[in-house]
Amino acid sequence: MDFTLSKEHEMARTLFREFAEKEVKPLAQEVDETEVFPRGTVDKMAKYGFLGIPVPKEYGGQGCDPLTYAMCVEELSKVCGTTGVIVSAHTSLCIDPIMTYGTEEQKQKYVVPLAKGEKLGAFGLTEPGAGTDAQGQQTKAVLDGDEWVLNGSKCFITNGKEADVYIVIAVTGKVEKRGRIQKEISAFIVEKGTPGFSFGTKENKMGIRGSSTYELIFTDCRIPKENLLGQKGKGFAIAMHTLDGGRIGIAAQALGIAEGALETTIAYVKERKQFGRSIAQFQNTQFQLADMATKVEAAQLLVYKAAMAKATQKVYSVEAAKAKLYAAEVAMEVTTKCVQLHGGYGYIREYDVERMMRDAKITEIYEGTSEVQRMVISGALLK
Amino acid sequence: MKIVVCIKQVPDTKGGVKFNPDGTLDRAAMLAIMNPDDKAGLEAALRLKDQYGAEVTVLTMGLPKATDVLREAIAMGADKGILVTDRVLGGADTWATSTTIAGAIRNLEYDLIITGRQAIDGDTAQVGPQIAEHLQIPVISYAQDIKVDGNTVTVQRQYDDRYHVLEVQMPCLITALSELNEPRYMTPGGIFDACRSEITTWGRADLKDVDDSNLGLAGSPTKIAKASDKVRKGAGEKVVPDSPEDAVAYIVGKFKEKHVI
Repeated sequence: MDFTLSKEHEMARTLFREFAEKEVKPLAQEVDETEVFPRGTVDKMAKYGFLGIPVPKEYGGQGCDPLTYAMCVEELSKVCGTTGVIVSAHTSLCIDPIMTYGTEEQKQKYVVPLAKGEKLGAFGLTEPGAGTDAQGQQTKAVLDGDEWVLNGSKCFITNGKEADVYIVIAVTGKVEKRGRIQKEISAFIVEKGTPGFSFGTKENKMGIRGSSTYELIFTDCRIPKENLLGQKGKGFAIAMHTLDGGRIGIAAQALGIAEGALETTIAYVKERKQFGRSIAQFQNTQFQLADMATKVEAAQLLVYKAAMAKATQKVYSVEAAKAKLYAAEVAMEVTTKCVQLHGGYGYIREYDVERMMRDAKITEIYEGTSEVQRMVISGALLK
Repeated sequence: MKIVVCIKQVPDTKGGVKFNPDGTLDRAAMLAIMNPDDKAGLEAALRLKDQYGAEVTVLTMGLPKATDVLREAIAMGADKGILVTDRVLGGADTWATSTTIAGAIRNLEYDLIITGRQAIDGDTAQVGPQIAEHLQIPVISYAQDIKVDGNTVTVQRQYDDRYHVLEVQMPCLITALSELNEPRYMTPGGIFDACRSEITTWGRADLKDVDDSNLGLAGSPTKIAKASDKVRKGAGEKVVPDSPEDAVAYIVGKFKEKHVI
């Protein structure tokens, strides 16, 4: 088994790192403080193809693999968790389901501008009463002639008001499964500006504060019949498969946050002096750094393995769940320890680790909590 | 339009220069990058390609590892890369290098040749103008702006306190300054294409109209007696604050940045 990265992946990492350092890092603190969506950065990422990395060239993308995409999210998140999740939600949650389940017309109409970064994507599954229990959907879609009519709302939607194209999951009827009546769930593509589609409140969040998190509201929102994504009644499977891919993106985001915090802390402990010597010279610091570096590398291997599994396997739920579970928990642990090693300064806004610790928390929650990941992993073990 | 851009893989001197005990550069201890002036020259060529349409060929002389900078150039948008490498070409000074590169370029069709002003590992600024001499074409050095109109190239040539505007007919050679532009990034897809694209490799036998006595270490009239890093005092940072309060806030900010306070 060879863990050496290929030449193209090494070069891609150099590119993402350089871009993150020059274009993203200088804005990270301001984006967090002001909660302003970094539109300028998104435009630059679009120009350089970062918004369509795993998409084939014939659909406007870069023709790279899921590992390259994960490395992009990782490097961006090293300096700014907000920027990382913007790319992740756009690519994994909006482009990927259209590429996987869309018709050729849908791919041409939506994937091409999304992959080129001319448009931004989002995904609406979560509702106030349907978080981890995704089957608890209330949003309804009813076919009326040649149009689907959507009513309901979605909450906590990343890229909320900033996106142009939304994947929306809704109930389209009832079906009987194993003697039980269940909701029939379907997936749809909804464009911003469609009458009846509006935005509710913007969430005031603990972390990733520059990502635009909004409520989506549908009031007699009529979309063309052909905007059904995949087969009617397959929406739940589409959503779950989409989240498998999304989890690799969030795992990469968590990994990046952990790496960023560790890197910042290594520089800090070399400079910070107490009792007449740098705190890097204390064994407590050294051992903590060693533990953190080991866990971060383990997380990286799981994330890269999951990304490679997406490239080569049809089903990669367990790999994605393990990567996200571990990377998210490592991100939380590492950032918390990094704040501790910074002492009082780590609790102050102007130090990056303070933001990184707040950004890390969400990776244990969205796109399936750590508990959900454990359910996925143990479900496969006990099958 | 056909443009040839000469680029060089150099050690990154940002973190200081490291030497071997014999006084030569310890290249293995430093990260290898595309020479900054050359990168600006490449960007200038790519902008001409974007604006007027052009075929951009990047050419480098060096060890096989120098294909890295050719691939980087292709990932930025260059069309093809040529590596000139041969054991007999090693140890070349600027004379032998320019002789070699001119010998390689004689195999190519070109309207414009762009080189960087100078490489950060040698700081001679000689190779570009020497290539032009070998090829007997006009040279404009220190370009800070390049415009093309038909067969005419208009270049701003930088001086300390002014610039000259020069017009020249193609074919010609221009040496570029890193201040010329902000080079673009590679693209992820460009990287994948670059890694799959074939790099043409030429050796001594492929050089046209060159004499062995002008090649490699033996053909290099320059003998290095001693090499040293520049004394880096650091230019410092000049700040003009609006008020004494701003000045204090700036200084305090710097202290905090360095964890002094």
